[in-house]
Amino acid sequence: METLWFVLVAIMLTAYVVLDGFDLGAGALHLFIARTEEERRAVISTIGPVWNGNEVWLIAAGGTLFFAFPLLYASAFSGFYLPLNIVLWLLVFRGIGLEFRMHVDQLWRTLFDGFFAISSALLAIFFGAALGNVMRGVALGENHFFFEPLWTTFRTGPDTGILDWYTCGAAILALVALMVHGALYVALKSNGTVNARAHNFARRLLPLLVVLTLIGVPVSAIVRPRTLDNFTDHPLLYVIPMGVALSLASIWIFERQAKEKPAFIASCSYLALMLAGAAAALYPALLPSTGGDPTRDITIYNAAAGPYALRVGLIWWGIGMCLAVAYFGLVYRMFRGKVRSETAVQPNP
Amino acid sequence: MQLTSFLHRMQFAFTITFHYLFPQLTMGLAPLIVILKTLAIRTGNRQYDDASRFWAKIFGINFAMGVVTGIPMEFQFGTNWAQFSRLTGGVIGQPLAMEGTFSFFLESAFLGMFLFGEKRLGKWGHWLAAFLVFLGSWLSGFFIIVTDAWMQHPVGYTLLPGGRFSVSSFWELLTNPWALIQYAHNMCGAVITGTFVMAAVGAFYLLQRQFADYGRIFLRVGVICGVMASLFQVFPSGDLHGKYMARYQPITTAAMEGLFKSQTGAPIVILGQPDEEHETIDNPIIADKVLSFLIYGTTTAEVAGLNAFPKDQWPTNIPLVYFAYHVMVGLGTIFVAIMVLAAFLLWRGKLYQSQWMLWIIMLCAPFPYIANTAGWLTAEVGRQPWLVYGLLRTSQGYSQNVIAGNTMFTLLGYMGLYLLLGILFLFLVPREIANGPASNSHPVFVVTASKES
Repeated sequence: METLWFVLVAIMLTAYVVLDGFDLGAGALHLFIARTEEERRAVISTIGPVWNGNEVWLIAAGGTLFFAFPLLYASAFSGFYLPLNIVLWLLVFRGIGLEFRMHVDQLWRTLFDGFFAISSALLAIFFGAALGNVMRGVALGENHFFFEPLWTTFRTGPDTGILDWYTCGAAILALVALMVHGALYVALKSNGTVNARAHNFARRLLPLLVVLTLIGVPVSAIVRPRTLDNFTDHPLLYVIPMGVALSLASIWIFERQAKEKPAFIASCSYLALMLAGAAAALYPALLPSTGGDPTRDITIYNAAAGPYALRVGLIWWGIGMCLAVAYFGLVYRMFRGKVRSETAVQPNP
Repeated sequence: MQLTSFLHRMQFAFTITFHYLFPQLTMGLAPLIVILKTLAIRTGNRQYDDASRFWAKIFGINFAMGVVTGIPMEFQFGTNWAQFSRLTGGVIGQPLAMEGTFSFFLESAFLGMFLFGEKRLGKWGHWLAAFLVFLGSWLSGFFIIVTDAWMQHPVGYTLLPGGRFSVSSFWELLTNPWALIQYAHNMCGAVITGTFVMAAVGAFYLLQRQFADYGRIFLRVGVICGVMASLFQVFPSGDLHGKYMARYQPITTAAMEGLFKSQTGAPIVILGQPDEEHETIDNPIIADKVLSFLIYGTTTAEVAGLNAFPKDQWPTNIPLVYFAYHVMVGLGTIFVAIMVLAAFLLWRGKLYQSQWMLWIIMLCAPFPYIANTAGWLTAEVGRQPWLVYGLLRTSQGYSQNVIAGNTMFTLLGYMGLYLLLGILFLFLVPREIANGPASNSHPVFVVTASKES
């Protein structure tokens, strides 16, 4: 049962990264992809109707974490107090920049676009660093609590901060990966100059993404040797890194051929498999400890809520998720296709 | 230690108070927008469509503010109240996660359709989208109330080793009688905010002699719904809530009423300042025996005062509980008076010409916000010193690994950020109101299906 919830939470977080990933990436790039007001509107309207729903995956995953693994929720959220609050502020800026730009005048719109772009990029960076922290592990105490300042010496080791060379690397990888993802999405949904610029960005960033991925994956094993344990025990898991490589290759090939939809789907699968690889490396830990004492790890067993809670949760979660997927199907169907400019004049009485 | 716990409490209090300024209007407006859409379909009158589109814009701004200030709430249980989350996650994690899965997905999906998809949905489809947004926002309120009600009146749980709580009956948790009563009272409070704001904008348009047709629609819908909501708020929902409170949290009731000594035929204090040191009320204006009657239905019943309980269980801030409660009740009574009078004038066909009444209605708009906030203050400060009533103290719940310096940093950050948000909100909403309902001809981008996708 605990394992099942581990998988479900992992799926929700993956859904969040894949979905909100493209609007974060599009946000980080939109100042460069779109130069005129009309182009910016075109980019914004590719994500306008869906970004809020995408972000709900983060909230729903947070809530699910709270009820399925209360100890992890309590320990990780208080231990990562500072970066988490900064992420929340960035989410505020981003939401405001995106939602209210149409309500203000041209001058302020530039400022709001700036908020939106900077907060999108910083969010991608913080999420990458967060994943890096989880992969590296933190200095958990005997009571499974910890506290990390933003940075200490930028070295991995006993007194780590949120940012060290490894997590900074993860942050850059995340930013590049989401920018590629966002560029491919904008390309898929747009026409004309915006479309051309988006393709251009995707092509330029791709080699960087390949290099970073090739460095990043092996380095994780050095930073925390236990990362490889599950892979050595179950060699079948090596399918995941192979899948990552395959996805990267497909993005490259489809992007060359300007096949927008397959390229975007390959990018989704790249992100999903990277996260699946991380989850496979962690299991059964949710947050490993750095001290080398595995009893301090927060695992699915010591963090899980009672068995009744997990059972009853499965029922409503199943129903709720079916509904959520149905809504998403409906929304994406309704707003499918490319955006085009149209003046919708509503009748005046 | 003291400072750390105080800062954690202040941050939660500040962020939740600010946050709830927005959902109360969205939850209050949602059913009113459904009513306007229904009227549009039933009468075929275009103006109702314009009216609902206008309120959808106000709704959209409020919704965005509610979302961005609401996300920090979902995470603050973990960041600032880690001990509490660790111990109670097995219970309250359920309704909080259900809020995400059942209402946020619903709301976000259909709000997008409601705001961007009117043309494509057709009139019934658009009505349905409005209805589902209403359903989503009210479901969200329900799950939050279930969470709070469990903290006020814990049911359906078992205690695990290590002091952790686990849900033992999911059904009992969701049908906690406290939750049902509190839900009725809270949602009705939100509708009061919605109706007062709608009526106030209507009054503004009539006084301005601008968009007068719409002003009359807003006033009519606002006043008719407002009079029903104001009455329901006092009786039965407020009455029931008060009786339930007196039964299960008699100490809180005593603090709310400023009743220091147990007595038969207890009076109700209408005005006066509680003096904790001498355990009296200064310059009191009281109505004899009314409290006994309100709680037990007879003027002779004995009501327990604060002196009936050990001091370490008294609410930690009695003056605040007392005043918050009195502000809420006082305003609630005034709302009934205003709305009944306005409804009477509407019925006699004189409301639209009564300048003085329009002025009153227009100036009343902020007060439901104050009443709702005061009500929540009563409930939450009244619950102190407990986080989970009778089971877990507030002093045991905060994140001990987060030091005061960090909490001060984030508290100041939230204050600065929310100040900016508040200014932005106060700039945007009056602008939309000034633009009025009929100015809908902005060019907008729409997404259309095309073959090459």
